[in-house]
Amino acid sequence: MYQFNYERPKTLADAEALLAKADDPKILAGGQTLIPTLKQRLAMPSDLIDIGGIKDLDFIRAEGDAVMIGAATRHAKVAQSADVKKHNPALAALAAGIGDPAVRHMGTLGGSIANNDPAADYPAACLALDAKIHTTKRLIEADEFFKGMFETALQDSEIIKEVTFPHPEKAAYMKFRNPASRYAMVGVFVSKGPWGIRVAVTGAGQNGVFRVAEMEEALAKNWSPDAVANIKVPARGLNADLHGTAEYRAHLVTVMAKRAVAAAG
Amino acid sequence: MSVVSMTVNGKPASADVEARTLLVQFIREQLGLTGTHVGCDTSQCGACVVHVDGRAVKSCTMLAVQAEGADILTIEGLAKNGELHPVQAAFREHHGLQCGFCTPGMIMTAVDMIRRIPELDEETVRDELEGNICRCTGYHNIVKAILAASQEMR
Ligand SMILES: Cc1cc2nc3c(=O)[nH]c(=O)nc-3n(C[C@H](O)[C@H](O)[C@H](O)COP(=O)(O)OP(=O)(O)OC[C@H]3O[C@@H](n4cnc5c(N)ncnc54)[C@H](O)[C@@H]3O)c2cc1C
Ligand code: FES
Ligand code: FES
Repeated sequence: MYQFNYERPKTLADAEALLAKADDPKILAGGQTLIPTLKQRLAMPSDLIDIGGIKDLDFIRAEGDAVMIGAATRHAKVAQSADVKKHNPALAALAAGIGDPAVRHMGTLGGSIANNDPAADYPAACLALDAKIHTTKRLIEADEFFKGMFETALQDSEIIKEVTFPHPEKAAYMKFRNPASRYAMVGVFVSKGPWGIRVAVTGAGQNGVFRVAEMEEALAKNWSPDAVANIKVPARGLNADLHGTAEYRAHLVTVMAKRAVAAAG
Repeated sequence: MSVVSMTVNGKPASADVEARTLLVQFIREQLGLTGTHVGCDTSQCGACVVHVDGRAVKSCTMLAVQAEGADILTIEGLAKNGELHPVQAAFREHHGLQCGFCTPGMIMTAVDMIRRIPELDEETVRDELEGNICRCTGYHNIVKAILAASQEMR
């Protein structure tokens, strides 16, 4: 790791001030992505602003027809939350399937979506559940947030504060794990709610998470696994690596979508 | 350099560290507690698992400064008055180790899982061991040891 300054502000306002002052700062949340990146010397921030000490960013609240989750809320807390389990069990199950227990004890919702790893789980949930991402500067719709591999709509020194997940009527996430890394080879999140029907795919796209309009239309006519069984996404534009070809991933998208619809009931 | 202070195995510990010093470096190199191992240094293997404020975390994926004020438990802090912790005793009884390199992390992960999940079954234990890699045992006896300890600690 290169050298850096470390700050642990207690309030959002202090964090913003520190970010504004520093040369080339980075926000540190759970560190489960950033610290490995720093160890490999793939990043050289001047300052790490640790938001782990800001109490206001660590909460889960059910209000009206949505659950609000603070950006610094750990995966383990989301997985165990009675509110999330009650209103959005698919989201609780997704959080429970991220990495391993030690990763879930540190990793956060905000860190996961800010990082936007093309194989991460939360981006699929945000996109499929029409989530609203609240930052220190504005509100960003999930549809506008994820911009490509490791790319988001976030500007420099913009901090995610919380994410609002409206309750779905039906939802499920099915993930085909890479057995070594635990990340998604392909993960498909399906949902039905006030926003209509959404199918979001992670792990497969070279540009990160994406929706499958053809599946959404088919499910709107007929909510059943059969409706998506014959819909194939094109292999062009999908990831190909030592774990699987693009064709293999395209096939998995259909299989996981079918399983997710079946699980959603 | 700045001074970082925390409680380690019930005793206060502080030292001068760089911001980039990892928690595992602080524990091993500054406190001399070498029971916590580094197997991969890439957040995969779990040999470095310790408890921070009661939760199992990978100490190679946390900065020492992030643990300021925290309560840390390492493998050295488990045995009480010369008596092995029930999980340690179960690993010995059920041959849950061969070379022993992964064992500190396995045991710290096991203690954490037994605390969180009162009714452990084999599938859950295997699932919970997702982040701990053992190159020797084939896991079978590790799972047996954890199940036995969980029974005994009920
Ligand atoms: C062994 C292992 C297995 C894993 N498996 C999975 C998996 O199966 N599925 C999965 O989805 N993920 C997985 N992860 C990643 C994990 O979920 C991380 O926790 C997550 O990607 C990053 O969250 P963090 O809180 O650790 O963020 P950090 O590592 O602290 O930060 C990540 C990035 O987000 C930025 N950031 C953090 N918080 C904010 C904020 N509030 N506002 C703006 N920017 C912010 C940081 O500046 C940094 O660029 C795994 C990680 C490991 C080590
Ligand atoms: S040394 Fe920390 S996970 Fe391997
Ligand atoms: S006993 Fe040798 S690595 Fe597990």
